[in-house]
Amino acid sequence: MTPAALPDALRTHPLIDQWLRVTPEGRVKAFSGKVDIGQGISHALRLIVAEELGLPPALIDMVAVSTLHSPDEAVTSGSLSVQHSGSALRHAAAALRERCRAAFARQQGVDVAAIDCSAGRFQLRGTDTVAGYADLVRPELLRAPLQAVEAPTVPLRSGSACHAPRPDVAAKVWGRFEYLQDKALPGLCHGQVFRSPWLQALPLPLDRAQALEAALTALPGVLTVVCDGQLVGVLTETESALQPAIALVRRRAEQGLLWQPAQPWVPPSDLSTWLRSQPQETTVVHEQAPAQEPAPVRGGTGKPRATQVLRAEYERPYLQHASIGLSCALAHWQEGGTALAVWSHSQGIFNLRRDLALAFGLPVDRVVVSHQEGAGCYGHNGADDVAFDAAWLARHAGGRPVRVQWTRHAEMAHAPLGPAMVVALEAALGADGRLESWSQQVWSQGHGTRPGRGATPALLGAWQGARPAPVPMAVNAALSAGGGSERNAVPPYRIAAVRVLNHRVLAMPVRVSALRALGAHANVFAAESFMDELAAQAGQDPLAFRLAHLPGAENARARAVLTEAARLAGWHSPPAGGAAEGYGRGMAYARYKNTGAYCAVVAELVVTEAVRLQKLWIAADLGRVVHPDGARNQLEGGAVQAASWSLCEATRLDEGGIASADWASYPIFRFADVPQVHVSLLDQPLQPSLGAGECTAGPVAAAIANAIDDAIGVRMRSMPFTAERLMQCAQSQPG
Amino acid sequence: MPVAPPVHAVQPPMNWTLNGSAVATVQDARQTLLDYLRHTAGLVATRMGCCLGQCGACTVLVDGRAVPACDTPLWSLAGKTVVTLEGLGTPQAPHPLQTAFIEAQALQCGYCTSGMIMAAAALLQRNPLPTHKDIRLALDGNLCRCGVHNRVIRAVADAAAAMAQTARPGGGGCAAAACPTTESDQ
Repeated sequence: MTPAALPDALRTHPLIDQWLRVTPEGRVKAFSGKVDIGQGISHALRLIVAEELGLPPALIDMVAVSTLHSPDEAVTSGSLSVQHSGSALRHAAAALRERCRAAFARQQGVDVAAIDCSAGRFQLRGTDTVAGYADLVRPELLRAPLQAVEAPTVPLRSGSACHAPRPDVAAKVWGRFEYLQDKALPGLCHGQVFRSPWLQALPLPLDRAQALEAALTALPGVLTVVCDGQLVGVLTETESALQPAIALVRRRAEQGLLWQPAQPWVPPSDLSTWLRSQPQETTVVHEQAPAQEPAPVRGGTGKPRATQVLRAEYERPYLQHASIGLSCALAHWQEGGTALAVWSHSQGIFNLRRDLALAFGLPVDRVVVSHQEGAGCYGHNGADDVAFDAAWLARHAGGRPVRVQWTRHAEMAHAPLGPAMVVALEAALGADGRLESWSQQVWSQGHGTRPGRGATPALLGAWQGARPAPVPMAVNAALSAGGGSERNAVPPYRIAAVRVLNHRVLAMPVRVSALRALGAHANVFAAESFMDELAAQAGQDPLAFRLAHLPGAENARARAVLTEAARLAGWHSPPAGGAAEGYGRGMAYARYKNTGAYCAVVAELVVTEAVRLQKLWIAADLGRVVHPDGARNQLEGGAVQAASWSLCEATRLDEGGIASADWASYPIFRFADVPQVHVSLLDQPLQPSLGAGECTAGPVAAAIANAIDDAIGVRMRSMPFTAERLMQCAQSQPG
Repeated sequence: MPVAPPVHAVQPPMNWTLNGSAVATVQDARQTLLDYLRHTAGLVATRMGCCLGQCGACTVLVDGRAVPACDTPLWSLAGKTVVTLEGLGTPQAPHPLQTAFIEAQALQCGYCTSGMIMAAAALLQRNPLPTHKDIRLALDGNLCRCGVHNRVIRAVADAAAAMAQTARPGGGGCAAAACPTTESDQ
C-alpha cells in the first residue's frame, strides 16, 4: 500500500472512540457517517474493521448512523464511501490494534516486537500468555487523538473475511428486515402533504383552501388539516385513512380547482435549444495548448495531408430516480416543541439536520436525524423533502410522532430530476491518425440542490409555505471533488490541445439535482461515441485507436481494462455462430471522475425495429477491493441502470409539470430488457480503493451507441435510443 | 380491480387462509390485501411500491398465483389461500428460493425482493424446471431499480435445480443436468 496521509474524516474526528469502541464481551462497535442506501456499504466497512483488527466480521457491529453519535461524513455519494469512511476506519482500527499491542507489551514488560497479533488475540511470543481487545482497551487509549497515520494497515486482504456475506441480505430474504417504511413508534399518526405540480406556484386562494380543508376534515379518520402557502397537509389516525384524502386532492387538482403556476409554464419542446438559450455561467474547466505547433505530416506524395476537423453534438434528457420504494420519514417534536427528532433514509443526515434547523428556526443541536435504510437510492431523491414534510406536519400533531410516505405520483413528480445535458465536441484528427486537439462544451443546469450547503433551507416544502425560502439555483461541486455537469468532461486521452468549457444554465423551472454519476453519464457517452466516430474517420479499430491515445506508464491501468474488456468479449474474433443481421458490438472507456475507478465496457446487441441489448462485458480496476461480490453487484447494477437510462428513459414534461409520474409513463428496464452482464475485476490489492457504484454509467451508454452504429450504421447522438429515435436517425442519416 | 359486491348492512365474517392459518375478516369494500397485511396482520415483508399494480413489489400468492396485493380487494379472498414471504420459509425451514437468493446475493436494497421471490415461487409451482426465458417472462411484472435481474434469474434457476435434485428418487445427481437453462437461451 502506498503511504497514505491521514484521511480527512480522521482530521475532523481524530479520536478512535469516535469510530470504534470495544464492549466488555469483546465485540467491536464501529461508527461511520456513511449510510446504507442499498449498496451495502456498512458491510464493506465492517469487513475493513474486521480485517484490520483480525476479528471475525460477525464480531463487528456497525452502529446505526445518527447525528447523535456518528462522525459527520457529509453525504453518502460519489462512489467515495470506501475511500473516505473506509480509509478512516481502516486507520483507526490499525491504530487501535497497535495501541493494544503496545499496551500488552508494556503490561508484560517486553518490546512490542515480542507480541504477536492473530485472530484478534495478542500473544507473548513463545508463551501461552494472551489478551484480547476487551482486556487491553482503556479509555485513554481510545481518546488519544490520531495525529498522523500511526500504524501500517493490513497490506493484503486475508482472503476469507472478504467473502463473508452481507447480513442484511438474509434478513431481507426472510422478510425480517425493518426498512424505515416499516418503522412504528408509540402514538404514531400518519400524514400526507399535497403540493402543486410546479416548483413554484401561487399560494392556494383562501376560498379554495377553506373548501378543501372542510372536505378533507369531513373524511373519516382525519385528525387535522393544515394549509400554508401552497402546502396542504392532512393528519390521520391510520395510513389507510389517507387514501380517500389523496384521491380527493387528486380529483380537485385535476379539475383545476387548486393550484396555479407562479408563471405560465410551457415545457421546452427542444431541450438542446432551450438549454443553450438560457442565461448561463461559463467556466473554463480545462485548457491545455500544444507546446509547439506540430510539424505538418507529409503523405506519400510529399504534399502535406490536411488535418480533418470533426464536430458532433450529443444529448441526454431529464431522468428520474425511479426507486421502487417511496420516500418516507418520521418526525417527532419533543420537549414542548423545542426539540425535533427525525428518522430518515437521506444520503446526508447532517446536512438534513442543518436545513431542518434553518427551516424551523431551531439551533442545530436541538435536531436529531437518525438514519434508517429505505429503498435503493441513486442520488438526491425525495428523502430530505419528505423529512421536512413530516416535521412540518408533526408540529400540528400535539406532540405525537408523524409518519409521511410520499405516493408513487409524488415520488415521480416532486423529486428532483437528473439534469438534461448537451455536449458539443470538436476534434482535429491529424493525418497520422492521431488526435491533435479536442474541445468539449457542456450545457446543463448544475447537478446539485442538496440541503446543507446554503444560507437558506434547500428543502422543497420550505420553498412552498406562506413565507417561502428562496429556491436556490442548482450548482456544481468543485472539479477537485469530481465536479457536477463537467464530471468527466476532460478526455482521458493524451491529446496536445484540449479545451473544455462548462456552461451552467441559470434557469430551473423544474428542480434538478444529483443523479448517480452526475455529468459523467452524458460526458462519457459523448466523448466515447465521438472517439468511435474519429476512429472510423481514421480507419482504425476502436480499441487500437483508444490504446494509441493512452500511452505511457501513467495509462497502464486504462490500457489494462480496455484490453481485458476486449479479451472478455472476444473483440478480435467474429461472434460465435456468425453475425446475425443487425448484430453489433461497441466499446467505451472512462476513469470515473478521472480520479476514480477505471472501467471499460463492451456491449453486444441486435437491432431489429428496436435495440435488443444482449450482453455487457465490464472490466474494472477498483484498486483494492474489500468485498468482491459486493463490488461486482454494484458494477452489474450500475450497468443495468445506465443501460435502462440510455435505451428507454426520458422524463416527459407538460403544462402540468412532470407528466411521467408512474411506471406506465416512465418505463424502466424489465427482465425482458436486461442484458447478461459479465464482470472482470482487475485485482489491485496494493492500490487504494476507488469505488464501484458509478463508474459503469458513461461507458455503458457509449458502448451501446457504438454497438448500434456497428450494427446498422446509424449514429445515435441523443438518448434514449428508443425504436422511435432509431427510426428518426436512420431516416436522417441516409447511407 | 374486480367490482365490489353490494354492501349489506351486516355481513358475516369472511373466511380465508393466510400463511397456513385460518382467518376471518369483516368485509370491507375498500380495504386491499396489502393494507390488511401491513396494517392489520403486521406482515410488512410485502412492500408498498406504487399502489397501482405496476411494480410487483407487493406480489403475494393467492391460491398459488402471483398477484399484486395492492390491487387485490380483501373481499375477493373468500375461501382462498394467501401466502406472503413470511409464510414461504424461515431460516429453520427455508424455501429453496430463499437459500438461492442469499447465496447469489440477488439483491441490493432488497425492496423488490419479497415480490420477486413470491413471483418466482408461483413460477416454480407451475413450471419446476424453467428456462432463463421462462424466468424472465414470469418476473416481467416485477421491477428492480438496483439492477440485480441477472442474479435473480440465477437464483431462481439454482432454486429450481436444487428442488429437482431433492425431488429425484434417491436425490443426488447433477444439478446442472436438472436445470436446462443456459446463458444463451434468452
